[in-house]
Amino acid sequence: MNIPTDRSACPAALPASGDAYFEHDADVGIVGRGATLEEAFEAAARATFAIMTDIKAVRDESSVSLEFEEADAELALVRWLNLLLAMSHEEGLVFGRFWIERDGVRWRGGASGEAWRRELERGVEVKGATLTMLKVRQTDEGWEARCVVDV
Amino acid sequence: MDISRLKQLDDWSWTVPLAPGEARSDVKLYGNRELLETMDNKVLEQITNVARLPGLVGPAMTMPDAHWGYGFPIGGVAAFDPDQGGIISAGGVGFDISCGIRCLRSNLELSGITGALPSLARELSEKIPAGVGEEGDLKLGTAELDKVLAGGARWAVERGYGESADLEFIEERGRMAGPVPDNVSALAKKRQRGEMGTLGSGNHYLEVQVVDRIHDAAAARAYGLSEGQIIVSIHCGSRGLGHQIGTDYLVSLAKAASRLGIALPDRELACAPINTPEGRQYIGAMNAAMNCALANRQILAHLTRAAFARIIRGASLDTLFDVSHNTCKAERHQVEGQERLLYVHRKGATRAFGPGHPDVPERYRETGQPVIIGGSMGTGSYILAGSAESEQRAFASASHGAGRAMSRHQALKQWRGRQLVDELAEKGILIRTRSMRGVAEEAPGAYKDVDLVAEATERAGLARRVAFLRPKVCIKG
Repeated sequence: MNIPTDRSACPAALPASGDAYFEHDADVGIVGRGATLEEAFEAAARATFAIMTDIKAVRDESSVSLEFEEADAELALVRWLNLLLAMSHEEGLVFGRFWIERDGVRWRGGASGEAWRRELERGVEVKGATLTMLKVRQTDEGWEARCVVDV
Repeated sequence: MDISRLKQLDDWSWTVPLAPGEARSDVKLYGNRELLETMDNKVLEQITNVARLPGLVGPAMTMPDAHWGYGFPIGGVAAFDPDQGGIISAGGVGFDISCGIRCLRSNLELSGITGALPSLARELSEKIPAGVGEEGDLKLGTAELDKVLAGGARWAVERGYGESADLEFIEERGRMAGPVPDNVSALAKKRQRGEMGTLGSGNHYLEVQVVDRIHDAAAARAYGLSEGQIIVSIHCGSRGLGHQIGTDYLVSLAKAASRLGIALPDRELACAPINTPEGRQYIGAMNAAMNCALANRQILAHLTRAAFARIIRGASLDTLFDVSHNTCKAERHQVEGQERLLYVHRKGATRAFGPGHPDVPERYRETGQPVIIGGSMGTGSYILAGSAESEQRAFASASHGAGRAMSRHQALKQWRGRQLVDELAEKGILIRTRSMRGVAEEAPGAYKDVDLVAEATERAGLARRVAFLRPKVCIKG
């Protein structure tokens, strides 16, 4: 299994085959996998933002931090992705790098990136993460976090 | 979709036999065998889940362009009675609240402007903010944005965007009643700060089209349409504000449903009874988002007029109609001989009031409400007219688009954006975009046959075809 645990492992475009996406008619199913739950969440964030641009080309110029409380790990995934999308719009930034930590029901994380510039590839805007096909689970290889994002 | 489980009611409608207790009401799917067979099995699963929700009146329905969505299928229609515990569902409206199409009718003929199309395409692509990461020139603070949410397209006209004559031809006369800007989160308002007057991306577009074929001459006359005429269609919605409202309420309504004892067959059907504080709170926010979408399309119509005026002397563009297709609206409908107030969810479905309905603009009242089926960039779109039959068949609802036939992922494997742009240019269709990936995902071949969807819409008695529009210029986000 290809476990995307760093930026270089993340696809610039939806891959013909791979672990970052699954099929959905109108929208896009994203999958994040990692050795830990937190790594899976970070990979899910990379998969989400890679729909919008080639995140390998995103420079580390600004960062944001966030925190929230959520006991339900699946709802936490949706909350994490939606907060990142909202902050991206709010700050006019596109993100390429993500980190998150969990302490009980408290989640602390962040992202870094830059303001949109002309040279960055434009993919399709992600409107939000949905509860559809939402699943966070431990597998033999580690953790997997998936849901459908609305584009 | 495996149609072996379905029972055919007539040539253009089907149902699925459900076990006792499996649902509160029936399921009805509009379309012929070919259309249904191309749909994912999830469409049937999702609409059956909708039929389990409290307070449903009549069947839970899918339109001929239905496809797999989240919560409700896209193309799903369901009406709920607030006095019978009926619910409002954020998943039944969608993230892009009041996404819709503004259709502008020009005084131009294709034959007179063919040479100007490349210049027009360039001007539109430069002046219409489109695509991920693009902001508009208009920056609004919270106080002014609250006025947008309260006033809709009327706010835009008051600020000099477009003409007051436009308002007559926008659903709700340009302003959705019952908005509560205070129910919209600060984050949602922040997201919208730079997004008024922007097109967005994905399946959103601005197209310059030509009336290619008239199906109903009398209705076309009423709508002011003639063969060879230039039309503009603008497809977009409530942008970041609507997306954030969807985000905020999806989770809060899912938790409310659990607290209120509503068993959700799918968490994405997050809902609350209409007559509860939670339900009313979402409705107030949703109505505010509808006004945001109406204002957004009004600004884009204004920018489009300005672009035309710079390139083509004497060009004028009147609003033919503005329809939304991600909504839940309180409407009066006849049910078994009784008039009842129902909350009709239309997720990827267009309202289609028939002739004589008081909410249809006077100019079109004898004809019925214009219904717009937006097709792909390589095929075309239809203008239809709402029919009296649609009231009985589907609470006055009809299809909204061609409907996807394959996923974005599959489309990316099959097409390249640059190649598509070149092929379409050879067919006389100019595509202007900053996202070749987006073009590939929106390839004409990734959509259902729009001709068949329009025919099914007519034959199912949902709306009747008036005119077919062929694309000439497409600005994609």
